[in-house]
Amino acid sequence: MNDYDNAIFVRPDIMVDRPTHFCPGCGHGIIQRLVGEALQVLDLQERAICIGSIGCTVTAYEYFKVDGMEAPHGRAPAVATAIKRCRPDLVPFAIQGDGDLASIGAGEIVHAAARGEKITIIFANNATYGMTGGQLAPTTLMGMYTASTPGGRTAEQSGYPIRMSEMLATLDGPAYIARVAVNTPANVRKAKKAVELAFRVQLAGLGFAMVEILSMCPINWRVEPVKAPQWMTDNMIPQFPLGEFKVLPEVVALKKGDRD
Amino acid sequence: MPERTLMGGNIAVAKGAILAGCQAYFGYPITPQNDLLEYMAVHMPEEGRVFLQTESELAAINMVYGAAAVGFRAMTSTSSPGFSLQQEGISYMSGAEMPAVIVNIMRAGPGLGNIGGAQGDYMQCTRGGGHGDYYLINLAPSTVQEMMDLTMLAFELADKYRNPTLVIADGFLGQAMEQVVIRDRVKKLPEKKWAITGAKGRPKNLINSFEMNPIDHPRRIKLLLDKFEKMRINEVRYEALNTEDADIILVAYGSAARSAISAMKMARNKKLRVGLIRPITLFPFPYQPLADLAEKGCKFVVAEMSGGQMVEDVRIAAGNQNEIKLVNTYGGVPLEADPIFEAIDLLM
Repeated sequence: MNDYDNAIFVRPDIMVDRPTHFCPGCGHGIIQRLVGEALQVLDLQERAICIGSIGCTVTAYEYFKVDGMEAPHGRAPAVATAIKRCRPDLVPFAIQGDGDLASIGAGEIVHAAARGEKITIIFANNATYGMTGGQLAPTTLMGMYTASTPGGRTAEQSGYPIRMSEMLATLDGPAYIARVAVNTPANVRKAKKAVELAFRVQLAGLGFAMVEILSMCPINWRVEPVKAPQWMTDNMIPQFPLGEFKVLPEVVALKKGDRD
Repeated sequence: MPERTLMGGNIAVAKGAILAGCQAYFGYPITPQNDLLEYMAVHMPEEGRVFLQTESELAAINMVYGAAAVGFRAMTSTSSPGFSLQQEGISYMSGAEMPAVIVNIMRAGPGLGNIGGAQGDYMQCTRGGGHGDYYLINLAPSTVQEMMDLTMLAFELADKYRNPTLVIADGFLGQAMEQVVIRDRVKKLPEKKWAITGAKGRPKNLINSFEMNPIDHPRRIKLLLDKFEKMRINEVRYEALNTEDADIILVAYGSAARSAISAMKMARNKKLRVGLIRPITLFPFPYQPLADLAEKGCKFVVAEMSGGQMVEDVRIAAGNQNEIKLVNTYGGVPLEADPIFEAIDLLM
C-alpha cells in the first residue's frame, strides 16, 4: 500500500499497472489518472462502478481495479442511473467524450441531470471525435478543420459548439458542475480537486455532479503534442471558459473540508 | 383455493413480473401498454422496488441493462415503435449476457402506424432484432392467464441463459379482460456471481460486449451461438390440438390463435378434420412438429395479424410439397374466426 499523504509521486494502487491505449499527447491518460487518484483517496475500490462509454473512453474500465461496465454510445447516464437506483451503496461513474455526451447522448445526460441522479460524470471534451479519426464534434470550434469539415466548421453547415456545462447548470437537478482543463500543471491540480469533489458530492447524496475536462487531442487537432497545451489555451478555453457553473450551498460546505 | 380475479392482459403481465421477483422496472408511455406502466408506478414502490418513468425507450432499455448488471431482475415494457428504439440496448445486453425481460405489446406499423393490435413485429422479435448474431427466447401468450404465467417464466429463462427474454403479445390481448389464477410469489432469486456489486473480496467483474482483439471476439460469439443452440434444443414450447387425425393444421399464436381455435371448432362441428399448432415460443420455433405433420401430408392454414411473417417459418418447416394458405389481417384489425373457417373450407 502506498503512503499517499507523504509520497511525491506514486501510482494509485487502485490503478492497473499497464500502458494506456491513448495516442501521444492525449489528455485522456491524465484524466484516467485523476479519476484513479480520487477513487484511491476516497477509498472506493469496493464500491465504485466504472462505466466506459463509446469513443476513446470505451476501455476506461481496463485501468481501474474496480467493477466495470460498458454502455452503448451516449447511454452511460442511463446505465449509471439504474445502478445507483438499484444499489444506492455503489458509486457509479462514467467517463464520456464530447460526441458521446453532447451529441448522441444529449438526451440521456440532460434527463439524468434534470432528475438529479446521484451519479458522477467525467466529461472529456477535446472538440473532436478522437477514436473515429477526427470528425466534427458538437464541441468543435468555429472554423476548425476536421475530417468531416474539410473547409473548417461553418455556422451555416454545422451550427455552433455546445457549452454543455453552462447548459446543464440551468437545470435544478445538478448539485455540482465545473469545467477544468488538463493542459498545464496548475490546471491539472484544479482538475484533480474538481474530480474528487464530484465523487464526494455523490457520496454525500447531494445530487448530479459533472466535471467537464478540456482535453488535448493533438493527432486530430493536427498539432504537435508539445504544442497542444498552448493550442488549448489559445483556442479552446476562450470558447469553453473554465470555472464552476453550479455549486449548491451543500457543496460549498463540502468544499470547506477540502484537503490542502 | 387459489386466488382468482378478473384482470386485464397488461395488468397480468405487471402482476406476473412482481410475483416473479422483478426488482426494477423502467418504461416510457406508449399505447397500448400504458396501464402496465401505471400499475408498476403504483405497485413497485409499494414493494420497495425500483420504478422509473424514463425520458425515452432508449433510456429505459439502458436502465434495464444497468439494473441487470448489478444482478437485479429487471424489466421494461413497450409497444412496437418503442421496441424498435430498444434494439440497440437489447443487442448490447445479449452481447454482454445480461438477463432481463422485455415486453412488447405490439401495435400496427410500419412507422407510427396505428394503435390497434397487430403481430407485425414477428420477424424483428424472432430474428434478434438489432445488430449482430443473437437471438432472444420469445414467449407468446394467448390468454390473460398466460400473460401472467409466461412473464414469470420469462424471468426464469432470462436468468437460466443469461440473455434478454421477450414476452410478445398484441394490443388486443393487452386490453383483454379474463379470469386469472394468481400464482405464488417466487421466493428465492438466483445468485449472480458475475454481477457488478463492488469488487469486495474478489477480483473485479466486468460487463461488456467489446473485444478489441479480433481473435477473441469470434470465440466469444461461438459461446453465444452455442447458447442459442441449447435454447433451440431445450425450450421449444407449443400447444397441439386435434392434430392426430387432422388433414388441415391451423398455425396461429397470440390473439389470432384464439380465433383459430374457434374456427377449428366450427370445422370439427362440420366433421372436418382440422387441428391446430399454437407456437408458445416463437423463438425457438416449433419447426419439428410442423415438419412431422407435413410429412404426414397435412395442409396448413396460417392465421396471423401481419402481412405474412410467421408463414415464412411454417414454409421453412413444411417445405414446398404441402399447400400452405395464409389468412391474415393487418393495420391494427383483429383477425376473426370466420375468414379462417372459410380458408379451411376452400382447402377441403
